[in-house]
Amino acid sequence: MWTWFHKLGSPPHLYRLAGRLAPWLLWIAIVLIAIGTYGGLVLAPPDYQQGDGFRIIYVHAPSAWMSMSIYAVMATASAIGLIWRMKLAFAVAAASAPVGASFTFLALVTGAIWGQPMWGTWWVWDARLTSELILLFVYFGYMGLRAAFTEVQKADRTSAVLAIVGVVNLPIIHYSVVWWNTLHQASTVTKLDNPSISMNMLWPLLVMIIGFNLFYIAILATRVRSEVLGRERNARWVSEALSDLSPENGITA
Amino acid sequence: MGQALLAVVRRDLRIAFRRLPDLASPLMFFAIVITLFPLAISPEPTVLREIGPGVLWVAALLATLLALNTLFRSDFDDGSLEQLALSTHPLPLLVFGKILAHWLISGVPLVVLSPLLALSYDLSLNTLQVLALALLIGTPTLSLLGSVGAALTAGVRQAGGLLALLVLPLMLPVLVFGARATTLAATGQDPAGPLYLLAALAVLAVTLGPFATAAAVRVSLE
Amino acid sequence: MTEFLEMGGYAKYVWSAFGLTLVVLVANIVVARQQFRSVRTRLAQRWANQQESSDL
Repeated sequence: MWTWFHKLGSPPHLYRLAGRLAPWLLWIAIVLIAIGTYGGLVLAPPDYQQGDGFRIIYVHAPSAWMSMSIYAVMATASAIGLIWRMKLAFAVAAASAPVGASFTFLALVTGAIWGQPMWGTWWVWDARLTSELILLFVYFGYMGLRAAFTEVQKADRTSAVLAIVGVVNLPIIHYSVVWWNTLHQASTVTKLDNPSISMNMLWPLLVMIIGFNLFYIAILATRVRSEVLGRERNARWVSEALSDLSPENGITA
Repeated sequence: MGQALLAVVRRDLRIAFRRLPDLASPLMFFAIVITLFPLAISPEPTVLREIGPGVLWVAALLATLLALNTLFRSDFDDGSLEQLALSTHPLPLLVFGKILAHWLISGVPLVVLSPLLALSYDLSLNTLQVLALALLIGTPTLSLLGSVGAALTAGVRQAGGLLALLVLPLMLPVLVFGARATTLAATGQDPAGPLYLLAALAVLAVTLGPFATAAAVRVSLE
Repeated sequence: MTEFLEMGGYAKYVWSAFGLTLVVLVANIVVARQQFRSVRTRLAQRWANQQESSDL
């Protein structure tokens, strides 16, 4: 167990492992997302209230789920990085942010698209959509802060503090938005709520969520490889890992 | 320990009063923003009474944000922040002193000025009292949250926009509860609920904020 | 088949949501790979340059 953990902490090993796993993870994710999409669009019966419109849940709910869990991963990785001074944890946090922001964006837009037939307008200040919007700003803030530093170590540690402060605040922000929303309930006709769900409706959703999680891990693997290369650019193993690209190789081969 | 805290507060206040324009500009900004809304929306008293509480709170949030630029920047540039971090006293305590001083020069004037400006929105005397009380409880939280962002961006040039992006989402709960308390008072209801929530946020911010800011200061100084 | 595509009158909402999801997922793959490739070529270049300067 500990040797495995130590190996995972060694950049060249992680670089190779991530490279080997990434394609597999990506393919399994694609297959699961395809099955979930088929189940959601074809096999699941229409909702008795929202008709076929409810099928948007199969992309909205998994993206909303990912938008939050990726932030949790970022904050956890940041804390590990700060406490144990583990460079690879920072690489994971940095690699997660753009993926998390893209899922937040997706949750926001699919929520608005879902809202259109339900509310008759593209945007309603619904608690869930508003929270997603704030979360998107928080992701942008994180990435903006990283971008403000040229030195990667500095960007790592500064953004790590922000991620941790953010994770303490996000629940408070979320509940204040929910609290605020209950005061103005009259303006919303229907909430974007989970329809009463049957087994045929539920399993595609679960498959989608697992698929999205694996997809995130696959993208994370590729992105972490880039981050690790950049951070370790002066290490010997990097030149070996890049030997297939060096011009010399072309001459001797 | 208390003396170290007082020394930091006294030093920051002295420096602040030497640069009065820096001190006054967030307040002027606050006043101008409040003047803009009747011109942009409507001078109708019924409209003003409705938007007043929200406008005053948004303006207070933006004025606090503007004032944050001066919290760590000059100390970071001239190296006195580094000295503070090297001192034998615990850094969260010293940082708390700086935040306290900052609140005294940026938060308290807002609390004093806001009832006067709120008069122009035709709000009742009771509403003005609740507004001042809510700002009194809410602005320390704003200063504490803002100080984390200010410390993180202390070494960044032209950090204004970035600071707003980092700090405004965190300040959202204060805005929600503060504006709600004021609105309740304006419509003749009991504002106690949101005021308690504001107080709870303030307690949380006072206990955690100085540690977060101290961590941010250390990271910025590396 | 047309009935399936019509989605009970919700066609434009359902298909635009799923279409956008596809776009975002594909963009994630493309951007991640592009970034990886550019980091690799940039660093390979850097090592080659270092080699040259040490050879001289």
